[in-house]
Amino acid sequence: MQVLTFLIPISLLLGGLGLVGFVYTLRSSQYDDPDGDSQRILSSDWDDKPKP
Amino acid sequence: MTAAIRTQSPSACPACVAAPSAEAIAARAEALKEARIALSLPTIHCAACISTVEQALNAYPGVKEARVNLTLKRANIAADATVDPADLVRLMEATGYEAHELDVATIQATATDKAGRELLMRLAVAGFASMNVMLLSVSVWAGAADATRDMFHWISAAITLPAIAFSGQPFFRSAYSALSAKRLNMDVPISLAILLAVVMSVWETALSGSHAYFDAALTLTFFLLAGRYLDHRTRAVARSAAEELAALEVPRAIRLEDGQEITVPAAELRIGDLILVRPGSRCPVDGEVIAGASELDRSLLTGETVPVAAAVGTLISAGEVNLTGPLTVRANAVGQDTSLHRMADLVAIAESGRSRYTSLADRAAKLYAPGVHALSALSFLGWLIYSHDVRMSLNIAAAVLIITCPCALGLAVPAVTTAASGRLFRKGMLIKHETALERLANVDTVVFDKTGTLTEGTPVLSNLGDHSRSDLEVALALAEGSDHPLSRAITTAARAAGVKPATVTEITEIPGHGTQGIWRGQTVRLGRGDWLGAPAVEITSAWLAIGDAAPVQFGFVDDLRAGAADTIAALKAAGKRVILLSGDSAAPVADLAARLGIREYQANCLPETKLHYIESLSEGGAHVLMVGDGLNDTAALAAADVSISPATALDAARVASDIVLLGRDLTPVAESLVTARKATRRIRENFQIATGYNLVAIPLAIAGLTTPLIAALAMSSSSIIVSLNALRLR
Repeated sequence: MQVLTFLIPISLLLGGLGLVGFVYTLRSSQYDDPDGDSQRILSSDWDDKPKP
Repeated sequence: MTAAIRTQSPSACPACVAAPSAEAIAARAEALKEARIALSLPTIHCAACISTVEQALNAYPGVKEARVNLTLKRANIAADATVDPADLVRLMEATGYEAHELDVATIQATATDKAGRELLMRLAVAGFASMNVMLLSVSVWAGAADATRDMFHWISAAITLPAIAFSGQPFFRSAYSALSAKRLNMDVPISLAILLAVVMSVWETALSGSHAYFDAALTLTFFLLAGRYLDHRTRAVARSAAEELAALEVPRAIRLEDGQEITVPAAELRIGDLILVRPGSRCPVDGEVIAGASELDRSLLTGETVPVAAAVGTLISAGEVNLTGPLTVRANAVGQDTSLHRMADLVAIAESGRSRYTSLADRAAKLYAPGVHALSALSFLGWLIYSHDVRMSLNIAAAVLIITCPCALGLAVPAVTTAASGRLFRKGMLIKHETALERLANVDTVVFDKTGTLTEGTPVLSNLGDHSRSDLEVALALAEGSDHPLSRAITTAARAAGVKPATVTEITEIPGHGTQGIWRGQTVRLGRGDWLGAPAVEITSAWLAIGDAAPVQFGFVDDLRAGAADTIAALKAAGKRVILLSGDSAAPVADLAARLGIREYQANCLPETKLHYIESLSEGGAHVLMVGDGLNDTAALAAADVSISPATALDAARVASDIVLLGRDLTPVAESLVTARKATRRIRENFQIATGYNLVAIPLAIAGLTTPLIAALAMSSSSIIVSLNALRLR
């Protein structure tokens, strides 16, 4: 049972990280153009260097 | 009323009202620095399109940043104020993409879908919390006991309490507003069940009890929020598409200042301004013509198909389309005071068909909420009298509430409407109102407007065969010298019949009258009857006069909209009563009714006539679907049980209707009735499934035999069954 004192906080922390990640993506408007985002990975613009 | 609102200034102190307000100056400076332009690009579809469009726009001088949104098929551009959106539209068309300018102010309202984002956030928190709590609950169900079980329960409580406080807010708020209005809605039993489950579970945990319903409270919240979000998404998609239609009409006008033509936003026009209305554009104000001669198309306002002559002194209303020559108009009424907007008052008077209707979900809630509360209270009392154990009785009462909680009921309607709206959206119909589908399913009478709804609103020559070859050749030559819709119709018909134009010289267009020229030494004229001294006739006509000979008539009929005949036939086959109400004169209405096989029709309808007709039908017990596009239909659209307008309709008509038809084809109208009936059947089935499940689960709960595990299983399985049933509709 000793192992629970580690496992429960770890599982909560990992889940919480996922939640924080989701909140971040939602706040930064990453779900506004799902179709566009799925197509943009196919374009070769800015492949050699990131967009300034 | 509106005037009072408009005169209020954002500045607080009186001195600022007199001076140009600081806000206005700041706004103007802002506008000089940078302008935001939005273009609708309906044909873009792939990665190559995105980069072509973005590269072309970004390379244009003055454009700071351009970004394409493929989901909305739109490009958002930040540019210097000097950049003319019309140039960007031409640039896009040169690149090979159809483009239309969108009114940024109109689309900004939905640029960020705040409510949707908020719901998604709550959904995510509820999902995260319920997964973690479920993990702990499974351990408890698997046999954790004593101190371990208590620890798991306390951890669950620590996760559940904040999560419910955040995620449950939409239900709590809605339940509170219903209760303060002394009503009951579905959210009252939901909120009560969630709160009671949490309170009871905390109490049980504190007493080291074995049953805690933390997972049930969270799963319930999660499923219900999923239903809410689906519902919201469906309507948000329809709303943003509807707003895009409105934004396509950029409200601009050309104001004449000291002989200079200055393009200004229509909102800045004032009474007394001189406004230039070019041929083909819509008049933005009510006013009087002070220069120019032309013809006006009033079909969107009155349903008349015959163009009306306009000359100096003619009164012109906002919304009328100028056909031939440029007109200078002095504004008598602008903005909210125009007759276009006054028509909105009539809409306000009409008792809306929407408000008369109680949705299936509300009707279910009315039966369900009191029943559940009574059942729960009775089981509490019963057990209290039987066992004198408050804790156990409360436990059972809470279990009854949780088990009966309308998890499936909460999903029953949104899951079906989402599936049905998606299906209709793919066929080109936008469902704007949440109960539109249910109302559509009840329809037994369909009322159509004529011009612009059953017909395209474009004339077609009807008596080509009546004319001699030489007349046709002359008429064609004259018609090609004009851009008037009737001239275009003659050109199309004559060219299709293989007629070659005669050699007519000195062709001139006389705005408001017609075209004239010289043919074999004679003056030939093609134009309005009153210009050529022809007798007055009821159908839309143009006349051709060769020399001094009596003028000959070219008659026109309005072209049927694609699918109109099929739609009427399908509706009649389905046993619906079909009625035609038109503002046009008797002859063309009777002709169209005969062509489509509509037995009931009425011509010369004023907006009030249409409204009263619909109201008397409703009073007679009929469920009326109104299909119309014009301003004269607006009140009737609002009064009918449910209403459809085509995308080409005036903005006011689209706002008044529940459903917007996106394509040119009318066929989806008949199909939508079938889909709506199917959807309502699914909703009823879902209610039956939910009831059936309750019939099994409630006795168990009252008997005190439920455990949190049974509650979790029953709740999830009924929700999944209901969603799967809804998916059968796709």
